[in-house]
This record gives sequence, structure tokens and C-alpha cells, in this order.
Amino acid sequence: MLNHAIDIAFGLLGLAVVFTLIRLALGPDMLDRVLALDTLYVNSAAMLVLYGLELGTGRYYEAALLIAMLGFVTTVVLSKYITRGDVIE
Amino acid sequence: MLLSIVILIPLLGAWLPTALSRALGVDPARTAAALAATSLALILSQAPDVLAGATLVSGWSWIPTAGLNATFRLDGFGLLFALLILGIGLLVILYARYYLSPEESKERFYGLLLLFMGAMLGVVLAENLLLLVTFWELTSLSSFLLIGFWRHDADARRGARLALMVTGAGGLALLAGVLLIGHVVGSFELSRVLAAGPVIKAHPLYETMLVLVLLGAFTKSAQFPFHFWLPHAMAAPTPVSAYLHSATMVKAGIFLLGRLFPAFAGTETWFYIVSGVGLTTQLFAAYVALFRHDLKGLLAYSTVSHLGLITLLFGFGTPAGAVAAVFHTINHAVFKASLFMAAGIVDHETGTRDMRRLSGLARFMPWTAALATIAAGAMAGVPLLNGFLSKEMFFAETLQVQWLGSRYWVLPLAATLASVFTVAYSTRFVHDVFFGPPPQGLARVPHEPPRWMKVPVEILVGLCLLVGLLPALIVDPLLRAAGGAVLQGPLPEYSLALWHGFNLPVLMSGVALTGGAIIYFARRYYFGLHGYRQQRYDGRTLAEGLVALAVAGSRRLVDGVANASLQRYVLLLLLATLGVGLVGARGLSLAPIAALTPPDALAVALTAALAIAAIAATALHTQRLLALVLIGVVGLVVSLVFVRFSAPDLALTQLLVEIVTVLLLLLALYFMPAESPRESSRFRRVRDTMVAVAVGLGAGLLAWALLTRPFSTIAWYYLEHAKPQGGGYNVVNVILVDFRGFDTLGEITVLGIAAVAILALLQELRLVAPQRDWDGRPWAVERHPLMLRVLARPLLPLALLVSVYLFLRGHNAPGGGFIAGLVTGTAILLQYVAYGSDWARERLPWNYSTAIALGLLLATATGLASWAFGAPFLTSTFGYLHWPVVGEFELASAMVFDLGIYVVVVGVVMVIVGRLGALSGSGGRGT
Repeated sequence: MLNHAIDIAFGLLGLAVVFTLIRLALGPDMLDRVLALDTLYVNSAAMLVLYGLELGTGRYYEAALLIAMLGFVTTVVLSKYITRGDVIE
Repeated sequence: MLLSIVILIPLLGAWLPTALSRALGVDPARTAAALAATSLALILSQAPDVLAGATLVSGWSWIPTAGLNATFRLDGFGLLFALLILGIGLLVILYARYYLSPEESKERFYGLLLLFMGAMLGVVLAENLLLLVTFWELTSLSSFLLIGFWRHDADARRGARLALMVTGAGGLALLAGVLLIGHVVGSFELSRVLAAGPVIKAHPLYETMLVLVLLGAFTKSAQFPFHFWLPHAMAAPTPVSAYLHSATMVKAGIFLLGRLFPAFAGTETWFYIVSGVGLTTQLFAAYVALFRHDLKGLLAYSTVSHLGLITLLFGFGTPAGAVAAVFHTINHAVFKASLFMAAGIVDHETGTRDMRRLSGLARFMPWTAALATIAAGAMAGVPLLNGFLSKEMFFAETLQVQWLGSRYWVLPLAATLASVFTVAYSTRFVHDVFFGPPPQGLARVPHEPPRWMKVPVEILVGLCLLVGLLPALIVDPLLRAAGGAVLQGPLPEYSLALWHGFNLPVLMSGVALTGGAIIYFARRYYFGLHGYRQQRYDGRTLAEGLVALAVAGSRRLVDGVANASLQRYVLLLLLATLGVGLVGARGLSLAPIAALTPPDALAVALTAALAIAAIAATALHTQRLLALVLIGVVGLVVSLVFVRFSAPDLALTQLLVEIVTVLLLLLALYFMPAESPRESSRFRRVRDTMVAVAVGLGAGLLAWALLTRPFSTIAWYYLEHAKPQGGGYNVVNVILVDFRGFDTLGEITVLGIAAVAILALLQELRLVAPQRDWDGRPWAVERHPLMLRVLARPLLPLALLVSVYLFLRGHNAPGGGFIAGLVTGTAILLQYVAYGSDWARERLPWNYSTAIALGLLLATATGLASWAFGAPFLTSTFGYLHWPVVGEFELASAMVFDLGIYVVVVGVVMVIVGRLGALSGSGGRGT
């Protein structure tokens, strides 16, 4: 049962990634792209957890944890750059 | 042991004159004299044994596989030179105290002099030939510094450079010769080499060895055609000249001839090369010396000429010739040192060394005049002085030479001719300076120098007289010991008596004295003629021209290859890789041999995403921000690929590095236009694309070929041994901190160096920050958004907690110092972004470059600590502790090493980003 759920989840996540990548490619604005990158980070964290579930291991949990904790830093600095130019003032 | 101390006292004591003068105000001359006197006393304590014929060899093995041993040797010949070096060195130290003016750095002078003294002692006391060559090079280097002592003077600098060039090149030749000797004899120890004379002379490489060794000796002792550096070395302070010309430097070449005499001398090749060069030098330099107007210039060429005489004597290859050479070496050292000191006194008191301006000084400084006259008499070979005795022996030897057959008369004739010139320039030295009418137009009225400035001259001139009058008593024991050591065999019959009856040598002396006097007093008829030619033939122009040519050629080569264009470097590098790859891949079949893992949907999707993002980033690289976002995608996908292929450590590291990289690039982008212009021509773009595609295809095919072939790795070794030997389950971490800990130490050192280099490069750099964004809009007003601030603050403790967790478990599960350091660094950086660097620095007032140093020290200390337990560098150990609450807990010494890595990584991240972030200066921009 869980296997099927995981497969379905993977499929949905894959679709999300594809859509995100399209948004990243098309833009039209830089903000759209930054948000696409952010979404990509979130999707990756989800995929890492799913992958761990599938293999029945906690080995990749920390990678998901790090993305959850620090993945937004990329988004933050990009936004800071777009709004202020100077990232560290 | 004692011999090494004799050398080490001046060598290691070279900093003492400076240190004691600064700390306690001790006169540097006194310190230097005390050191030299200590060495002298130590040598003298061994003198009785050596004079009785003993050869003292001591030392220890150093790098036995290379034949390099720290072995020293004291025999009669070494003793003689050690006495000259230290004895005359002491007199020079005393003399220089009064010669140098108060504003000159005496500390530096005496330090360099001691360094040079130690190097010379090393040359004459070395038993191992490689050691000898090392000290030989050291004399070249330290004499370079001494000759260039007046570094504000362009002539001094050029003279020093010339000396270093010529003697340094000779030293290289000598090294090659010595290596060949070691190859032929099977040992570099002098005892073995000197006993192997017949083997060396019969060897097919004999001529090669001989020429190489002689190149070393001739460059050092300023033999024709390498003589030109010595007159230019006159730019040195006079005490240095006195020392270089008498007991040291040029005498090192003579020493080498004498030292290797038993191994090389006595063949026809030896005779023709050594005496040919010696005779040419003696004649030529004696002639040139006569036409020098500079006192020191005259003395310099006179030195060259006398060295030629000594070389000629060695060249005869006969025992009696060698003894005469040793004798003349002693005499020349004594009278030449006193003559230089006298010239220095004249210069010191009158302000000029030009003999055309000097005249009649005897009435102002009669005592100096008397001393200089006696010394010049010794140089000319006047009876009752020491120079006369060795000159007589020289004349007698020229009559004994067998090699020339029926043309036996050539040598005595040439020798007499050279002596005629010697007498002429000696007369000129005395008569031009001290006699005749009073001098005109001198800057001041000359008078006798300070008492102690004359004492060294008095001692030396006294020696000239004593040796001249009582040779058997004064110099015979030393000469016997030295001669015996040179010959390594029985001494020939010789007598040091003043009068041997009326014979041919006496007649030759008489001819020389009369002829010389006639030439000097008839000088007015041809002096003007030669005055014009003086500067034309000069080895310096040639040598400096060669250097200029070499520099120009190298520059052209460097400019041609390395024109600072990164595009060109990358192109050349890729083309070279492609070429090498094509050559290496010939005959490589691409058909798979080993089975491949079947691709699954995830792997295909990841690879496709990676490839598309990478190509897009390359294609869109002119739009910088967009390219950066695409690079972020690439980094993220690469981390996922690492996860897919079971490399969680790499995935974690990649994720964090990616975040920091984006931040770094954004800091730089701030100062750049949003789009970079296309600068390359269309042709270049097409060409570069083709090269890039070809190289990419090649790399891909290579990877394909490698993956489809069966291969074995050493992974099994690490997997098997990580737990039992390193104490950790995480093989990656155990490799990093334990198995390959030394590599890691090197890597974090490089990382630290890179951070320090960035710090140094960006020091003082202030860039103008743009006032508007790329679309011309003003920047947002809010500097530090509230949401970000609220979010960033609690993140720091959380991130630190995660760091500790990742660090502690690193040995057994994904994590470790590097990853933990990146987590901490990123979290601190977020504080900088959210609150501004001033705010953050106020609350985290750490010096991050110190942190780098501390981390490196910690890692190194961990490595060194294993020495205390008798284990090799960086050996690690581990054990288990039971902590309450936490439970079983592992402690490994590698964790301390890992802590060092952690600290270095945090420091490096903060230094680099902090430095880049401060480029616009704080508060330098309006809102």
C-alpha cells in the first residue's frame, strides 16, 4: 500500500518539479525565477524524505533537514540583492 | 664535534651583533671579535696535533643514502686556511670598527661578515664534498651581501650581482663535478676521494670532472677569463675587499685546487689547463694593474695576478710546486690584507683613491707610508720580505717544468716578465701615493689615522718582516703541515733559507726588480696612451649583456605564452588535453565489456535536468543574475545526484557550498553590470564552441569507456579497516580525518592561504556602489526587513545545535567538521544579511583570520601530539566513554583534528564573505 502511495507521490512531485522548471525557464520576471528556485528547494526536500521512505532508511534525512533549515538562505540573498543590491550592508 | 662548533659559532652567531647591540648596547665589533676569537681559540687547541701531522675527521651521518654526511676534517691545509680566515678576520673586524662611519649599520656589517666567515670555515673544514659545495655556495651568497653592503650605491649593487653571477655559476659547475667524483669514487668523503687519485685520473670521465671542478675554482679565484668580477667587487667597503682578497673568497678557489691536488694533479691535461690559465692570468693582470688609476683597482688586478701565479704553481703538478703555491698563498694573504687596509686608510684620510690626484702623502702620514712601502715591497718580491722567498721558489719551479720539452724557456721568461710588471705596479702604488710633491686640491688635510686603525696593518707588516727574516722559525712548521696535507704524501726537499748562492732564480729576481723600476720611471712616455683604453675591454659589459639578452628572451617567451588572457589559457589547456587524450585513446574500443546498472526513471530525470540547466547557464552567461539562478539549480540537482548514488556526505557538503557560493557571487555582482557585453568575435565564438564540444565529448567518452570496463578500486580496504583501525563507521569521514589526515591538513592549509590571500588582495579596496538597479529603479528603502530579522535570529542557535550534532556524529554517520563548519558559517552569514555587518560584528566580535590560524594550529597540534606517544605524525587513537543520559559515546583523537577543520572552515567562510561584503564600505551609500 505504502509503495503505491510513494509512487504516486513521486509522480506528483515530479510533475511539480517539471512545472517549476518551466516557470524558471519562462520567467517572465526575475522574481518568478527566484521563487521557482525556492520551490525547487522545497520539492527537493520532499523528494529526499520520500526517497528515504522508499528505501526505508534515515540516511538522507539530514539533507532534507539542511534544506529545510538553510535552503531559504539562497532565496533570501537573491531577494536582498534584487531589492537592495548590497547583500551585506 | 669541535670542528662543527668552530663553524657554527660565526654562522649561527651572525645575528648576535645586532641582538646584543639592540638589547644591551654592546659594540657589534666586540661581539663579532669575541665570536671569531672563540673559534680561533678552539682551532688553536687542535693545532699541536695537526702540526704533528694528524688529520682529525669527525662528524655524523646525515643523509647517508645521498652520500651526504655532516663530516668535518682538520689537517694541515685546513688549519692554515682556518688560521688565515679567523686571524685576518679578527684584524678586519678591528679595522672596520674605525673605517665605517657612525651612520652606517655596523650591526649589519658584522653580521654579514660573521656569516661569510662561517661559510668560509665550512669550505676549508668540510670532509664531505657535498657539504663543501654547500658552504661554497654560501660564500657566494654572503659575499654578494657584503659586496653590495652600500646598497644605495648602484655600482656596489652591480658589482655584487656580477660576483654572484660568476661565482654562483662556477658553483653549479663545481656541484656537477663533485657529483661525478662521487659517482666515480663511490663516496663524497675527502679521505676516500684523495686516496682514489689513480682511479680518477684513469677514468674516462676524468677530463669532464677536471673541467667542471676547475670552472668552480677559476670563477672563484678570478682566473682569466672569469677575472672581471673581482675588480668590480671593489665597490665593497675596503675592509671587505681586504678580507675577500687575502684570506677568503678568491682563496677558496686556490683552496679547492690544493685540496683536490692529489686526486687530479700531475696529468698533461691538468698541466696545460691549470698552468695555461694561471700564466695567462698572471701576465695579463700584472700588465693591466699597472694602468689602473684607482688604488683599489690596482690592488684588485694585482690580486688576480698573484692568484694566477699560485694557480700556475699548482698547475706544474709537482710536489715542490704545490709547496711553493701554499707558501705564496700565506704570503699573499698577509701582504695583500695590509695593502688593502693601507689603501683604505689613504681613502679614509684624503677622500680619494685616485693615484693621479694623490701624491707626497709620506709627509702627512709617515708611519702609514712606511708600512705600505714594506707591504708593497713584499708584493714586489724585495729581499728580506716574505714575498721574496715564495717568489724565489716560484722562479726555481718554472725552471724545473718537464712538460714543455725544448721550449722550456717559455715559462721562466713569462714568469720574469710578469714579475717585472709586478715590481712596476708595486713601485707605482708606493711612489705615486706617498712620494713626490704635496697633493693638490684634496678636500681635507690628511693626517695619520686613529691608533687602532693602524694596528692591524702593523701586525700584518710585522708578519711580512718576520717571515722574510726568520722563515724557518716562523712559518716552516705550518708550511710543512699544510704542504703534507696538500700532497697527502712525503714532502719534497726544500729550504727556506734567504740565500742559496748566486743562481738563476736570483738573477730572475734581479731582472724583475730592475726592469720594473725602469718601466715605472719611464712611464711618462706611454701612460697617456693607455689611459684611453682603460674601459674598453671589460667582462662586465659582456656578462651584463648576456643577462639582458636572457631577460629579454624570457620576457618575450612569457609574454607570448602567458599574456594574462584567461580565454587563451583555457583554450591552450583544453587543446593540450584533447591532444593528449587523442594520443592516449588510440585503439580504444567503446564496446561495453562490463554490465552497466540499468537506468531508472529518477536517474534519467536528474541527469536530464542537470544537463539542461548546465547548458542553459552556459548559453545565458551574459545575463549574470539569470545564469546565477541556473547555477543554483545545477548545484541543487548535483546534490540530489549524490543522494541517488548513496553519497550523503557529499550531498550535504554540496548543498551548503551551493548556498555560500550564491551569496559570494551576488556580493561580486553588485559591482558589475547586469549583463556582460559580448567581446569575442563571431569566429572566436564558433571556434571556442567547437573546442568545448570536442573536449566535452572526449571527457564523456572517456567516462563511458572507464565505466564499461571492469576495474578494481581500493574501496574495499577502507570499508574493511575504517571501523577496526579508525574507530568510525563513516568511511568518508574516517578517510578525511584519519587515513588521509595529512592530505586534509594540507587542504585546510591551502584553504586558509586562499582566505588570507583574498584578505590581502582586497585590502584597502573600495568600490563605488551603484545607486540604482539595472532597470534604473532606485533601491528599496528598507534595509533590513522585519520578517527576515525575526526569522534569522532564532535560526542561529538552531543551526549551532545542528552543527554540534553533525560534528559529533560525523565519525559514524554523515557529517563531520567540514559540514558542521559550513552550517555554522551560513547561519552567521544570515545574521550579517539580516542585520548588517556592523550590527553582527558588534555582537560576534571575533577575528576570523585568527580563527583560521587557531584551527590550523589545533589540527597540526593533534598531529604532533602523536609524537609524544612515539607514533608517526597524525596517528589517531580512539576509545569509548559512557556518559550519563547520552549513553555509550566514542571519543577519537581524530575528533580534535576534525574540530580544527571546523574552526578553519568557519573562519574561511567568514573572512572571504566578510571581506567581499565590506567592499562598498559601511554607510557609504544613501538610502
